[in-house]
Amino acid sequence: MKTCKALIIGGSAGSLDVLFKVLPALRIDIPFPIIIVLHRKQGTDSLLSGLLSSKTALIVKEIEEKENILSGTIYVVPSDYHLLIEKDLTFSLDYSEKVNYSRPSIDVTFQSAAEIYSDDLVCLLLSGSNADGVNGLITVKNYGGETAVQDPVTAQVEYMPAQAILRANVDRVLKIEEIADYINLLG
Amino acid sequence: MPYSAAINDEQVEVLITDVLEQYGYDFTGYSRASLKRRLLRLFGLDKQVSFAEFRYKIGNDSTYFKRFVEQITVNVTEMFRDPAFYKALREKVLPKLGTYPFIRIWLAGCSTGEEVYSMAIVLKELNLLHKSLIYATDINPTVLEKAAQGMFPLSQMKQYSENYIASGGTKDFSSYYSANYSLAKFDNELKTKMIFSTHNLVSDHSFNEFQLILCRNVLIYFDRDLQFKVLQLFDNSLENLGYLALGTKETTDFSPISKRYKRLETEKIWRKLSDENL
Repeated sequence: MKTCKALIIGGSAGSLDVLFKVLPALRIDIPFPIIIVLHRKQGTDSLLSGLLSSKTALIVKEIEEKENILSGTIYVVPSDYHLLIEKDLTFSLDYSEKVNYSRPSIDVTFQSAAEIYSDDLVCLLLSGSNADGVNGLITVKNYGGETAVQDPVTAQVEYMPAQAILRANVDRVLKIEEIADYINLLG
Repeated sequence: MPYSAAINDEQVEVLITDVLEQYGYDFTGYSRASLKRRLLRLFGLDKQVSFAEFRYKIGNDSTYFKRFVEQITVNVTEMFRDPAFYKALREKVLPKLGTYPFIRIWLAGCSTGEEVYSMAIVLKELNLLHKSLIYATDINPTVLEKAAQGMFPLSQMKQYSENYIASGGTKDFSSYYSANYSLAKFDNELKTKMIFSTHNLVSDHSFNEFQLILCRNVLIYFDRDLQFKVLQLFDNSLENLGYLALGTKETTDFSPISKRYKRLETEKIWRKLSDENL
């Protein structure tokens, strides 16, 4: 079993539907935090956390800055901020320049988490129309973490996971119905 | 990836110590994840080849140190950022302050000034600008020079105009500036009530008493201890019944000053209680 101290899921266009299918099938005693970085419009935060929360018995919360990262909790990155991870396992938010035309940027969080969790990190990249997240996956690999992507064939927009497969030498390619099982077996 | 290998955690601490000793700029209370990311970004942008050279240049080239401060601090901002916030200012906060004979406002961490001009526009529309004074401060002299010019990229005006309308503005936004090549130059009248000055929230003291203090998306770059220290500075600089406004993800909760403040329902705006209300 792959040791996992944090799972980060990145996604853009077409990834919300995937989460709606995956979240209900997650076991409720997940022994690590799940951090979700989604591209979206500004100011739709509470809406998104509410929607995701309706799909799982796990606690879903929007991240507060300097908050402690707890296992068994699903964290949603607020719109219009980058998310970084501190060495003391707290969250920092950052309002600096967009990366890949995106804030939050998936690359920024993957790279920051890779430094902190190194080989205890698992990152999953879902459907999307730009390549944000791909460089992050490369960093995660360099630090010994595990990388997975949604099978582009099953993605509403295949570009993002396809780019990852092309460039990041990912460990796992998962169909939508395989994702929950994969996560449930991490420990 | 060289991205993560170029500067390690110990080297970050070395730079923080250097900069404090040689220039008196204290970054020890800054969140390390952000700070390290900014350092690596600058290292990459300037095509630095080794940490030793990077360190030498920062420590011995005061022109480069200016650039260092400018690039290490985050200066991303926009006009009428978070329109709902400006709507609350316009409809709830400033009308209350409008009953005062004189309104002193401190915009801390004003960066290139977009929020200062936004504030001046709202004050003007409420017919309060003539009796207001906006103190706009930042750690970074370079951005203050830009702020004082009041010129922003014309390409941003469509977005700013949308923000302005969403914040409750009803005028034609373009009536506040004139196009000058690729820049929008804002009316000098807006500037008459602005005072720009450097101020370091980490090391400088309170310099006046205000009825309204805005400091948005600055505290996120500080660790909890420094956040509390800066909130204390704001508390010392705010009159009773004055207002404190923070960024959308920042809070006075958990800090020692929180018991003296009452939050306005939805926005990140707190009102300081008068002594008898404590």
